Amino acid sequence: MNTNFSIESLGEDALLLRLGNDLDDATNARVHRLAADLNARRPPWLLDIIPAYATLALCIDIAALESGDDPLKQARTWIAAQNLESDDRCPSAVNGRSHVIKVTYGGTDGPDLDAVATHAGLRIADVIAHHCAVEYRVAMLGFLPGFPYLMGLDEALTTPRHATPRLHVAAGSVGIAGAQTGIYPRSGPGGWQIIGRTDAVLFDSARDPPALLAPGDRVRFVAVDQPRGATA
Amino acid sequence: MSVHVLAPGLLTSVQAGPRSGYRHLGVGASGALDPYSFTVANLLVGNDPEHAVLEMTLKGPRVRFEQATRIAICGATIDAFVGDIAIPGWRYVDLPAASELSFGHCRNGVRAYLAIAGGFDVDVRLGNASTDLRAGFGGWQGRALASGDVLPVGSATMTREYLHIDSRWIDSVPDLDFSVPALIRLLPGHDAVADPNSLYGGEWKVDAASNRQGLRLQGLTLRLRETKELDANSRISEPVMPGTVQLPPDGKPIVLLADAQSHGGYPRIGHCIAVDRPRLAQLRTGDVVRFAPCTHEDARRLAREQRQRLARIAIATGPR
Repeated sequence: MNTNFSIESLGEDALLLRLGNDLDDATNARVHRLAADLNARRPPWLLDIIPAYATLALCIDIAALESGDDPLKQARTWIAAQNLESDDRCPSAVNGRSHVIKVTYGGTDGPDLDAVATHAGLRIADVIAHHCAVEYRVAMLGFLPGFPYLMGLDEALTTPRHATPRLHVAAGSVGIAGAQTGIYPRSGPGGWQIIGRTDAVLFDSARDPPALLAPGDRVRFVAVDQPRGATA
Repeated sequence: MSVHVLAPGLLTSVQAGPRSGYRHLGVGASGALDPYSFTVANLLVGNDPEHAVLEMTLKGPRVRFEQATRIAICGATIDAFVGDIAIPGWRYVDLPAASELSFGHCRNGVRAYLAIAGGFDVDVRLGNASTDLRAGFGGWQGRALASGDVLPVGSATMTREYLHIDSRWIDSVPDLDFSVPALIRLLPGHDAVADPNSLYGGEWKVDAASNRQGLRLQGLTLRLRETKELDANSRISEPVMPGTVQLPPDGKPIVLLADAQSHGGYPRIGHCIAVDRPRLAQLRTGDVVRFAPCTHEDARRLAREQRQRLARIAIATGPR
């Protein structure tokens, strides 16, 4: 029985498992645990398992299930038979990998650092210290390939997005949007408050795996004083 | 064998089927926006149904084929000439070596597909040959074609060395028709609009800001039904799919297409059924769209019927 989440359809070839409606760490941890459970038992017709903050989408190869009953119904039946999220499971089953990301804060790499400090009523050094003090969880990857939505931002640093997005945000830019922090994998337009920049390559389609971070991983930022690349 | 790009057209990219297996890393589907026309084009030249083709947008490229080859043009009705000979769509055409094929504008629809026997032989990235234009990888160097590009083509045996236009052609109706207003059938979404008559009785025009990621619609302003859930502006992001119809706070629906992002924060008022995606892909700026409700059962039946028509085309165009 799956009593801890509800299942909705998401079009004709996907299901949405809903574990909650709010942005909280416990719900998101359950999402990643459920994703790992499903991945471990993954049947060939399950094309994608896509975690979000409080939901998880499953993309289904409906052609592979077409010979029988309604493919979405077959998928629901399969999910129900998996005994997912039962109470006897170890809660620490999935914690993801840990990453340390080196960031140059402020200057041309972090043009909005001053604005974030002003908004927070903090000194710049304190904004950096707060941003580096926390271990974040990769709640999900989206917007662009490899773009991590990180949960755990110190409340004091919560800053709204720019009313008008910047036309150009550099690759590797570390930003804040509301209660989230994240990293732009490639340059492009963006509305987040940019406080620093990293040399880390967040996404490379020629690499395996292509994304540096995976949903459920944990991230810590470390401030580096030198200009980026100076010691590389 | 290769194809030389002499002029790139407005937005021409290498596309194949949708990419899957990486959506949890934020990687979108990409692939041909009009999957029906794309598949038929491949079948007509004897390719696998999901071989890489060129997707042309509004105005096509000018290309030269090094060797004799077989091509097919499907999708939007587009002007195409070899010398002063008009090349019609929805059938195979054999071209002699050094032929120059010049595309003009789309007369109907937006996206035309050029399939070539053997398929475009580009890098397979993340399991698929489609170009992800938003993320800049896959297909041909992760970008739209430019003048001077030389695209490799897979091997195919050609027996004809002269121009031959096949007299047999495929009728794309009912899988793709260009009648306006376009009627797009929707499965229910997570969110309901306040008045269903507004969604299924209203009309919208395709906005110029539309692209492969989504169609923006202008017209009747829709309002969500009040629920106990969080108000629409403070929604947290949830997965979205190609076909998802989002309703931003301004009340103007957005229909997501193949280049849709993996997650979105806007309420979802419906999902366009798969068999109507080709019609969405062919909508021009200013075209009028209406929506109709659809059940999962009907969506499945319509998809099955389309697969059967494609299977018949595959048989009819098979080895000969």
